[in-house]
Amino acid sequence: MVKGDIKNREAFLDKIADNLGRARKTSGVERPRWSNQVQWSVLKDHTEDQLVDVLEKQCDFIHTDLVRTNQSNLNQAIRDVIKGWNGKNVVTWDDPRFTTFGLTNQFKSWNEEDGITVNQWDASSGEESIRLAEKADVGITFSDITLAESGTVVLFSDQGKGRSVSLLPATYIAIVPKSTLVPRMSQATREIHQRVESGERISSCVNFITGPSNSADIEMNLVVGVHGPIKATYIVVEDR
Amino acid sequence: MPMHIGEKEFTNRVDKGLGDDFMRGAVRSAQGRLQSNRAGAAEELGDWDQWRDLGQEIRSHTMENLDFYLQQLSEKVAERGGHVYFAETADDANQYVSEVIAKKNAKKIAKSKSMVTEEIALNDILEENGCEVVETDLGEYILQIDDNDPPSHIVAPALHKNKEQIRDVFKEKLGYTNTEKPEELTLFAREQLRKEFLSADVGITGCNFAVAESGSFALVTNEGNARMVSTLPKTQITVMGMERIVPTWEELDVLVSLLTRAAVGQKLTSYVTALTGPKDEDEVDGPEEFHLVIVDNGRSKMLGSEFQEALHCIRCAACINVCPVYRHVGGHAYGSIYPGPIGAVITPLLGGYDDYKELPYASSLCGACTEVCPVKIPLHEQLITHRRNIVEEEKKSGLAERLVMQGFSRVTRSSKLFNVATKMAPFLVTPFVEDGSIVKGPGPIKPWTNIRDLPVPQKERFRDWFKTREKGGTGHGQG
Repeated sequence: MVKGDIKNREAFLDKIADNLGRARKTSGVERPRWSNQVQWSVLKDHTEDQLVDVLEKQCDFIHTDLVRTNQSNLNQAIRDVIKGWNGKNVVTWDDPRFTTFGLTNQFKSWNEEDGITVNQWDASSGEESIRLAEKADVGITFSDITLAESGTVVLFSDQGKGRSVSLLPATYIAIVPKSTLVPRMSQATREIHQRVESGERISSCVNFITGPSNSADIEMNLVVGVHGPIKATYIVVEDR
Repeated sequence: MPMHIGEKEFTNRVDKGLGDDFMRGAVRSAQGRLQSNRAGAAEELGDWDQWRDLGQEIRSHTMENLDFYLQQLSEKVAERGGHVYFAETADDANQYVSEVIAKKNAKKIAKSKSMVTEEIALNDILEENGCEVVETDLGEYILQIDDNDPPSHIVAPALHKNKEQIRDVFKEKLGYTNTEKPEELTLFAREQLRKEFLSADVGITGCNFAVAESGSFALVTNEGNARMVSTLPKTQITVMGMERIVPTWEELDVLVSLLTRAAVGQKLTSYVTALTGPKDEDEVDGPEEFHLVIVDNGRSKMLGSEFQEALHCIRCAACINVCPVYRHVGGHAYGSIYPGPIGAVITPLLGGYDDYKELPYASSLCGACTEVCPVKIPLHEQLITHRRNIVEEEKKSGLAERLVMQGFSRVTRSSKLFNVATKMAPFLVTPFVEDGSIVKGPGPIKPWTNIRDLPVPQKERFRDWFKTREKGGTGHGQG
């Protein structure tokens, strides 16, 4: 990747150092050890099952349905949700987990039995994949990390994991493997921080998604469903 | 729209606010909801004060080393193929953004909510250049459609409007035919704006927090418009105030957790979107080209000064939501896109005492703002510091005290103001009360209390007491 330009930096930062009354610092600044680590005590010592309970309760507050299932019933659980919304046109990530969870080879029967068309995100088709996502009425992704406290699914973008899938369709399903559950945002951001420290390239877009879109801009009345999805369901699946 | 909004004269703006009964009702109910949501979220978390300590410590360390972290941020953005422009002034920033847009030959710009672009009046410049700029945050969209009505709150910009007014604006300007139900109004905006997202050439966003270690930046939103703006247009420009930065993702966690709770009482908003550079080459959605504009525009003057802590602000509006003065006069009375206690602190610093010397007096110094600030900015103390500076500066002319006395005589002349002032009196003087008497009164009562103590105002005013008595009530005040 070609390095980007940086303009007007030196004078700008010199002025900051000047006003702070010292010489410029260009290296050697370390984060101090913060005097408390209060974030790590939230939901500490919760088991995976307890975290699912927390997630389920939180889902009430974020206007999101939660379905619990196991791997053998996952296919049916997803189909039930789609049918409940009267969904006909589905877009999914191109994510190997759709195959390991036994879903990819079921898509044909979704179409034959329920008239549901499934399109997989296809980066090689360029703009066409965005158009398909815009036309779809249901978007489905897996969760990469799931935050119990806030009821959040964390999605890392990549070639097969388009940003549009969880954004453009009016309804959204997140498949949440139980093993992705952590207490809160702290665990997810620490993992990303560690990737950065080890020199790993992080995703161009990390989305922390907490239920459907909403707004309270009109008289502070909550309206669920603005530009992103209007409805959302999390399907928690036992995966070990 | 620049930082300054509304009429030039502070007193005229205040009069307008006090005379707007609908606006005052809307602000009262919004404040009530936002306050109780915040308090609920803080209580649920349990050790809220420790979280605030942590937030304060992080902000303080970051400001002390701001040059280092901004340098690191810019290096990391460039490594990921993004371009970084450091803008000392509003003009510099506007010019750079204009150049990028001209090079792309772009005509339609979709914007997500950004206070700093309001501050530098970016839209005015882009429109002068012949671009169509579409604000996509629902509140900002409503204001833009309504002939660019200015925002009155930094989190809920259209707080001063009711749903009937919004329905009428949509009807008049966009041919809307449905009712004033917020659900129907919102659905209409979704349909209108979807077309704009899909056809915009450039997306412009603000920035809640940049992350120095990876060159990332996070947008904290609920509606999904910022995701649209950073997913669909081919070019993205992000404008950030230079202080909106954290060292690593671990600090991002703490500050986002404080922000969403303090602002709206949510554990997290619907979307926290963390972006790093343009899209990867093998990805389809996301911008091909990314520009980060880092704006000073007077902020660096606060560094090393007695107001450095004002740069710790994370724009949650908790101070605005508890402020009794904001409650009565509304956001527009401040004459700045930054209203409330934090606005009264930073507006004179960014815009100068000449234009904003009244704002530090638009406070009862009750200290509620300081108490709720999630990063513990001593807001009411900073207002006192401003007053001291203004008095020092204007000593020869005695302007400051004159201002206060003018305010006092105005209050007693206007029945509406007098009503508000006497209702607020018991609350306003609380900080000055010792053993049931006012020992060091503010403003107009100062000369009096300099020589003797004043009894504390009754919680029930004589006028209210009299009304109750006439109706056959008990006739005794509670005070």
